[in-house]
Amino acid sequence: MGSWIHLVFWLLFAAGLWAARGRTVFWPLLALGLLLLFNELFTPGFFALEVRGGHLYGTRIDILNEGAKIMLLGLGLTLVIATGGVDLSVGATMAIAGAVAAQALVAAHLSPGLAILAALVAAALAGAWNGLLVAVLRIPPIVATLILMVAGRGIAQLITGGQIITFADPVLGYLGNGWFLGLPFTLTVVLLAFGLTALLTRRTALGLFIEAIGESETASRYTGLPARTVKFFVYVFSGVCAGVAGLIAAGNIHSADANHAGLYLELDAIIAAVVGGTSLAGGRFYLAGALVGALLMQTLTTTLYALNVSADVATVPKALVILAACLLQSPQFRARLTRRKSPGAA
Amino acid sequence: MKLSPSPACRSALALGLALAHPALALTVGFSQVGAESGWRTANTSSIKAEAAKRQVTLRFSDAQQKQENQIKALRSFVAQGVDVIAFSPVVETGWEPVLREIKQAGIPVVLTDRAVAVSDPGLFATFIGSDFVEEGRRAGRWLAQKTGGKAVIAELVGTPGSAPAIDRKKGFEEILGAHPEMKIVLSQSGDFTRAKGKEVMEAFLKSPQGRQVTALFAHNDDMALGAIQAIEEAGLKPGQDIIIVSIDGVRDAFVAMAAGKLNCSVECNPLIGPQLFDLAAAVAAGQPVPHRVPVAEGVYDQSQAAAALPNRQY
Repeated sequence: MGSWIHLVFWLLFAAGLWAARGRTVFWPLLALGLLLLFNELFTPGFFALEVRGGHLYGTRIDILNEGAKIMLLGLGLTLVIATGGVDLSVGATMAIAGAVAAQALVAAHLSPGLAILAALVAAALAGAWNGLLVAVLRIPPIVATLILMVAGRGIAQLITGGQIITFADPVLGYLGNGWFLGLPFTLTVVLLAFGLTALLTRRTALGLFIEAIGESETASRYTGLPARTVKFFVYVFSGVCAGVAGLIAAGNIHSADANHAGLYLELDAIIAAVVGGTSLAGGRFYLAGALVGALLMQTLTTTLYALNVSADVATVPKALVILAACLLQSPQFRARLTRRKSPGAA
Repeated sequence: MKLSPSPACRSALALGLALAHPALALTVGFSQVGAESGWRTANTSSIKAEAAKRQVTLRFSDAQQKQENQIKALRSFVAQGVDVIAFSPVVETGWEPVLREIKQAGIPVVLTDRAVAVSDPGLFATFIGSDFVEEGRRAGRWLAQKTGGKAVIAELVGTPGSAPAIDRKKGFEEILGAHPEMKIVLSQSGDFTRAKGKEVMEAFLKSPQGRQVTALFAHNDDMALGAIQAIEEAGLKPGQDIIIVSIDGVRDAFVAMAAGKLNCSVECNPLIGPQLFDLAAAVAAGQPVPHRVPVAEGVYDQSQAAAALPNRQY
């Protein structure tokens, strides 16, 4: 039965690639496919899949579960990057959300629902702070969000009093560790967030607004777009996405670790968005591409663990794969490659 | 050294404090690195509490991770004429000039927790701190005893390049050298965090070598606590199917030991207050002290965990 599922997996992947041909998401999907193929050939046990404790158990399931944080951050960042901005503070916002939720449960004895709400409100406030600096005070996004990237972790530390706050709450635990239909519950969260974001941006004019503002803010304002408001709320959205990711991170280990939660994860998420086809110059975004890019990043990390590559040097192969994925995404590079292969074609 | 002026007060103190503390009303200047972790917070409160208990006048200064702040604090301690200066250096290098100034002022220096690189070891009187290599050895010895010298080991390494990660690995491997049937088959960095410890252990358990693993050595408790969750999610029993030993002795590790999920935690003790002020009193009185003093640290297993739990302060 195992080999059956294995075959179906590859057929589905191939079908996905075929369906995506000619679209931007094809390239990160191809990179992911090549990385999985590498694992098929060289990593023993990578494709093992079994049912344990009533749910699926295997490396690919781990990738979906651990990758959920990068996927969520990637969704928020994709929209921010589409407006020509960037949000470096999402890792710190994750730490704040986790800290607020843990302290709401442990110190304030709130119900899990209220704790989650408090964490999301805190994350939205963090996003609103960024939005205020960028959209209203016109501070360059890389500087504006750097402020919270640095200060946010301090705020999270203040909330936890410098300690790791451990909690036993089953609801928050379910968010990070639970199983739904045999798959990690985090996957459901990601798909819901993706569905909502896609609906809001692609079924309404909002996506066009965001892209227009990213292309030229002045021109879009002259055409009557509420450029500032849109920008502001894009940062709030990114903050909320980071808040959900922070809740997942805390739930996953049943504790809020303000020092380390989401540390450097903003970089993985930015790479995920860029590998997914979203241009750092703004003006274009691909939500599905960001999800595939995030899966690529997580697959890469997990592959290096599975191959037992020493952490001292693991960053080098990681960087090489990311470089290859970025090159695959670059139309200029692809054009050059095909030109060289067929010199006769004019 | 200043003695208490009032004889009545002095006799009252002498009643409370036995001969072990001859230096009454000692003034100690202490410069702390900062407050970056729970371990450090416990370190600070131990020093403050012990100073209050012994009626030592403590001039405490927080360097907020900056060497310049620390040098300023040390100079101000000299200006105030304290009896002993103690500090936990932010970085290893760059201390020669200020240590020379302190030496000229005739004030003895006690280093805590971290060492300095200086050309003349006479620039400080003594260094009290944990011996990370010994902690690794203790973990190795405990595991060898528990498993009868037979184990297939997965190792969760600390942050690459950090002193505790390098030294704990070294000490542990030293012990393995004497036990040919104990082998590390998987070794990866979990960055000293719970989340990474869990993520790496998940990957370990799915690899062919990981399925053979009978023991786990984690360079700190937090990584072990993350790994315990990964082991449970794989349907295995942490503490039974996989024997787990880690280092630090944080409170949550004792909770896990009491629940039977962690087997052993080697203490890395931040509560150095009593030892520090014993040393301070000795150097102030001009008594000879060893140049390197290890912190009093224990090894705890499940049989002691429940009893020790209520007293854990970090």
